[in-house]
Amino acid sequence: MKNSELLLMKGNEAIGEAAVRGGCRYFFGYPITPQSEVLEYLARRLPEVGGAYVQAESEVSAINMVFGAAAAGARVMTASSSPGISLMQEGISYIASAQLPAVIVNIMRGSPGLGGIQPSQADYFQSTKGGGHGDYRLLVLAPSTVQEMIDHTILAFELAEKYCTPVVVFADGMMGQMMEPVVLPEVEPVPSEKPWATTGMRGRGPNIIHTLHLPPDELEQHCHNLFAKYHQIEANEKRSLAYYTEDAEILVVAYGIVSRVARAAVEQAREAGIKAGLFRPITLWPFPDEALVNVAQKARKVLVVEVSMGQMVEDVRLSINGRLPVEFYGRIGQVPTPGEIFNKISQIIAEVA
Amino acid sequence: MTETVKVYSRPKTLIDRPWHFCPGCHHGIAHRLCAEVIEEMGLQENTVGVGSVGCGVFSYEYFNFDGIGPSHGRAPAVATGVKRVLPDRLVFTYQGDGDLAAIGTTEMVHAAVRGEKITIVFINNTLYGMTGGQLAPTTLMGQVTTTSPYGREAKQAGYPMRVCEMISTLEGAAYVARVALFNPAQVAKAKKSIRRAFETQMQGIGFSMVEILSACPTNWGMAPLEACKHVENNLTSVYPLGEFKVPEGVK
Amino acid sequence: MAKVSFLEERCKGCGLCIAFCPKNCLALAGHLNTQGYHPATLVDEGSCISCAICARMCPDVVIEVEKEARR
Repeated sequence: MKNSELLLMKGNEAIGEAAVRGGCRYFFGYPITPQSEVLEYLARRLPEVGGAYVQAESEVSAINMVFGAAAAGARVMTASSSPGISLMQEGISYIASAQLPAVIVNIMRGSPGLGGIQPSQADYFQSTKGGGHGDYRLLVLAPSTVQEMIDHTILAFELAEKYCTPVVVFADGMMGQMMEPVVLPEVEPVPSEKPWATTGMRGRGPNIIHTLHLPPDELEQHCHNLFAKYHQIEANEKRSLAYYTEDAEILVVAYGIVSRVARAAVEQAREAGIKAGLFRPITLWPFPDEALVNVAQKARKVLVVEVSMGQMVEDVRLSINGRLPVEFYGRIGQVPTPGEIFNKISQIIAEVA
Repeated sequence: MTETVKVYSRPKTLIDRPWHFCPGCHHGIAHRLCAEVIEEMGLQENTVGVGSVGCGVFSYEYFNFDGIGPSHGRAPAVATGVKRVLPDRLVFTYQGDGDLAAIGTTEMVHAAVRGEKITIVFINNTLYGMTGGQLAPTTLMGQVTTTSPYGREAKQAGYPMRVCEMISTLEGAAYVARVALFNPAQVAKAKKSIRRAFETQMQGIGFSMVEILSACPTNWGMAPLEACKHVENNLTSVYPLGEFKVPEGVK
Repeated sequence: MAKVSFLEERCKGCGLCIAFCPKNCLALAGHLNTQGYHPATLVDEGSCISCAICARMCPDVVIEVEKEARR
């Protein structure tokens, strides 16, 4: 597959095609708005490339099919939206503990409960702090454009196999539904060696994939092994971008769809003579804390904007560690406009002036 | 001249180690039958076993082939994932009645609905064994368990769940049988059924399930032989033995 | 040589082999194994027909059976 021409693609479909280009041949999912086009795309596309699509009876089953396919050595993905991702949490804990590579796409919608079908970022805690039981972490990538949804999906498969861990592509209903011009990259996925996969012995001893460690010492060692890997991920994989931060007195922090709006607001502020900057985490876990501290050197105040009641703001406060006041502006069920964020920036700058 | 020949020896498909099962527990016989059939079919190198949570939880430590320990009830979904990636391997689950008939009902039913080419070996001993003998969907009417201390009553806990009867209504289910292990003749029949189920899968015909009525002497509070009699006298009347569906290809 | 051999330390003394032996040639031993069970043992080798029913009923894969066959 070559690099494509410039195409107009919907976020959800772009994720589907990116998965195929990234070497994914197995997808297990369940319909839920605003994510269903990922399923629909792959139901049509995977048979064309010799893969398999199964519409599971629930998200609980889908994530366990992912467990099985990953155990069998395949590149495998599932996608859902917030309530469905909640149902997957048990399976995600098992996949993390079994150290299986898998990609999980969350096209978030308003919550809690059945919530709504409008965009949301309120699953931040669930994905970055461990939504299932036990001591584990998920690598979480937060794209902000349809092109990044493609690039991050391909990257997610590489990271999942590099670290034998589940990776989340963390987007929202607006990004899933919107269309943007994209280039589908040419990728030649290099399948990693998986000598641990349960594929039938075929000349070796039995491979066992499990998550039960009854002796306390064994379980403790298992968790230490997991965390040695997580520390490696923290050392290698923190990603972020900064805009106009060199002299920024007010530093806006936002990710995903909100980071685009915030960038427009920061540019508006600059035009108005306000020294505003933007810090955009790309990996939500590991959170790019050092990079944030570095760009906050000259800031007098930090403003975190999310489509939630305030979740990432806690990681920002932990990173800033009391050195600066950190304010929060959030909306529910709708992405704030550049004007709203600009007004908030103006208000804050007036307070510190 | 005479020579010594082996009539019975441990199958190579079982790892040589002691089992955690209680004395007289039929799980051991069921494990052994699965292992024997896999050895006889020459599938040791091409099998992926999927265990369960409950007394079957250590199956991957006992079987000498590739194995997966899934979460409680989800084995048929995990097996689906494996089988879709590796369609030429033998993929089977080994699940008890709590795992399969309670928490894992959805996964079991829909694997059959899809005609998933996997086999479920289902151990029905009418209660949760590993956790200490609680009521299961398969518990008999009047049966005393740790969570039905007055005996199972319909108004409180409904009626026994007949899995084979239910599953055999589905077109995707190709081979469905209920067997028991309470005497040598039944053990021989059970082994034949496991073989037919595995053959159904390997011929690509469809979903297969063997329900095995099994004794749990410890949680029933019975001696091992008495527990065998209990299966024969009291379980088979509620859970009739036999083949519910047999595809042409394995007759 | 015994036609039936027992991995005595694995035996849990459940007695299924004894109960279903058609020739009644098995019994629980008087001694205990290290697990604390009276292990099953062959007490009447002469009656044993090497049918292996004992092995097929054993839940712990304790028993192996051999027979003498004409060459």
